[in-house]
Order: sequence, then structure tokens, then C-alpha cells
Amino acid sequence: MNAIFSRGPLLGLRLLLAVLCSVGLMVVDRYTERSTQLRSFLTSAVSPLFYVASLPETLLSGATEQFMSHQRLLDENARLKETLLRQNGQLQLLGYLQQENTKLRALLGSAPLTDGQRLVAEILAVYSHPFSHQVVLNKGKNDGVTEHQPLIDEKGVVGQIVSVGPTSSRALLISDNTHAISVRAERTGIRTVAEGLGQWDLLRVIHLPQSADIRVGDRLLTSGLDGLFPEGYPVAEVSRVQQDESQPFMTVYAKPYAQLDRIRHVLLLWPGARLEDVMDAGEPN
Amino acid sequence: MRRNGGLGFIYLSLLIALLLTVMPMPQQVKLFRPDWALLVVLYWTMALPGRVNILTAFLLGFLTDVLVGTVLGVNALAFSVVTFIVAVNHLKIRNFSVIQQALLIGLFLALYHLLLFWLSHFLTGVYFLPAYLWPVLTGMLVWPWLFWLLRRYRRQFKIQ
Repeated sequence: MNAIFSRGPLLGLRLLLAVLCSVGLMVVDRYTERSTQLRSFLTSAVSPLFYVASLPETLLSGATEQFMSHQRLLDENARLKETLLRQNGQLQLLGYLQQENTKLRALLGSAPLTDGQRLVAEILAVYSHPFSHQVVLNKGKNDGVTEHQPLIDEKGVVGQIVSVGPTSSRALLISDNTHAISVRAERTGIRTVAEGLGQWDLLRVIHLPQSADIRVGDRLLTSGLDGLFPEGYPVAEVSRVQQDESQPFMTVYAKPYAQLDRIRHVLLLWPGARLEDVMDAGEPN
Repeated sequence: MRRNGGLGFIYLSLLIALLLTVMPMPQQVKLFRPDWALLVVLYWTMALPGRVNILTAFLLGFLTDVLVGTVLGVNALAFSVVTFIVAVNHLKIRNFSVIQQALLIGLFLALYHLLLFWLSHFLTGVYFLPAYLWPVLTGMLVWPWLFWLLRRYRRQFKIQ
């Protein structure tokens, strides 16, 4: 117990060291390029913890599926079949439209938009802090996942990959407040940027002048101008428009289509046509 | 008594706290989740300041950063600062009743969240919502039970 009396200055020194180390880490993580690698490494190092932490939930949902009655399974099966049929029908039309679109684009002399590859990934963990909206996916470098790859679910854009480990990867959601996405209003074609606010159901649409034509209910789609997200995927619906003449810009909020707080599965996209390829293809004309 | 008897048990409790920190939960519940890792490390600092202090807090904070996804070092710094205050005053805090301790812990948690917010605001420009302070209240409510549980745990395994 005599150590206690000599601990005063020693503790202070330790705190100083800890603070210096933390500040060093923050600077490295925030302001250098190396941080992505570091993060990827750390993510894969702690991924067993995520697996263990999600074990109770997995067991619980597994048990629910076990005890699901036969009748309910049949019902679900029938419903899924119906959905599949309906969507296949729509896909046939889409195939035709795509073909027509390609032809028209060829007539106009612009580069064709190619279809990309897709991969379904499961959400392993949702980062729980309100200051960081990120998810961990169960697909990594071994499945061909790369950084900045866009992510969608059945309703709309979810986010993009920020770091990749061998078997898992981390994605930044569009609602994170370090994330911004280039969008276009479907009705008027106005181009703008939607940035996250750290809230699950709210995005802010920025830099819209007072004269811009935008209303509540407008659909915002990806514009493809950021070179990351392919064009035309739904992002959010305008939920609130405030006009204040004393301000240079309108205050516009939008609600993401994707249910970011309860996603389980996402679709990874490999946009077939990268921006450079499109440029190259366009040059001969 | 062995000098490092029971160190494994301390780390086991810290590991469980980390698991509770990342356990998937519905969004509505998540907002109220107490800061388990910080609470457990504060208990050990108070009970055994010679064994668990700033180094442990720093490492645990760093792991929390990695797990929770905040900028690396933010939680590490906040953990270290709060643990420092508790380590310096551990003799006083031990003598308080559990209720008084809980109030004090609430103060520490508020400081922790304030530090976290300031640093994150400076680094990534987050916006403040009053809802971010719910864990302070739940942490205070949880403290008496956690204190009781961990004391039993400590005595059971004779961790010194």
C-alpha cells in the first residue's frame, strides 16, 4: 500500500503519455493516408469479437427459424415466389428498355452505360456510436471487394466501403456526418449534394439557392457525378424545405429510402463502366 | 498471495464489457446503452488502483475506438482522463455511499461524453443532440448494480 503515496506524479506522467499517444492516433487516423490500412488491419484483428458479440442474436434468430411453423414457412415461400415472379416480369421490361437505351445512346454518340457485377453481403455488425455510422460486412478482399465501392439495399443507396480486410470490410453509411453524396432531383434534374448528419433518418441537402425548384416529396437519385455511385439509384426523399430570404441557401432535409438502422443484407455494386473507361470510350467519337 | 493473482479475471470482465459495448441491439435501445467498458474500468481503478489504471484505460479506450468506429484515440483519451481523476481520488470515492458514488459516476460520464463530443466535433464536425447524453443517466442507474456485482466477483475470485 505504500506505493499509493508515491503514485501522484507518476499518474500525472502516465496521463500525459496517454494523452500524447491519443492525440498522435487522432492525427494519424484523421489526417494521413495510412489510416485506411491501419483501420483495415485493426478491423480484421477484432472481427472475432464481433462474431462473438452477435452470437446471442444469431442463436435467437436461428431458434426462431427452427420453431417457425410449417404453415408459416409455406406462406412465406408462396409470398416470395410471388414477389420473384412480379420482379422477373419487371426485369423483362427492363432488359428491353436497357437495350433500347443503349441503341439510343449509340445513335447520340455517347458512351453506353454498362451493367455491373453484384454481390450480396450480410451485415456483421453495426457500429453503435452516434458519431460514426458504419457497418461491418462479411465480404472482404477475398471476394474482390475494393475501397469506395457503392452499397445499396432493396430500397436505395446505403453507403460505400471505406476499408477492406481479408474476410470483412467496413462501410460508411450515407447518414454518417463525414459522408456526402452527389444527387439529382428526379422531377427537375437539379444537381446537389446530400450530406449525412449523424442521424439515421435525416440527410441535409446543401447549396441549393433560394430560387431552386424543389418540393417536399421530390425523389433524389444518384447523379453519378462523384465517380463513385452509379447514376440513377434512389437515395432519399425530400422531407422538409425551409425558405428564409435572409439566408443565401435553402434549408432542405431529406429522408433516406434505405432503412439504415435495420439493414441486414446489402448489395455490393461493381459499376461496370468506370469514369475513365467511359472517357476513353467516348474519345474516338 | 501471488502478486499478479486474478489479473486474468480482471481482463475477463473487461472483455465482457467490450462485448456488451458492441452487442447488436435495436436502434431505440442502443441510444440508452450504458458505457459498459468505462464503468467497469472505473470500478477496477477505484478498487485496485495499483493494478488497473491509466494504461489499462488507454488500451480499453483504444479498443473501444476500433470497435465502435470513432476516430482512433478519441475514446482512448477520454477514458484516460476520467480514469486519472478516479485514480487520484480513489480513497475518497471508496468512502462514499453507493448512491453518492452513482451521482459522482454520472458526473464523470458527463465529462466523458463532453470530451468525446468536443474531440469528435473538432475532428469530424459532428452535431450535438441532447439524446447523446442518455448513457449518462443509464450509467448512473446501472452503477449500484454493477458495483455490487463486481465486488462479489472480486471477492469470489480473491482478486487483489
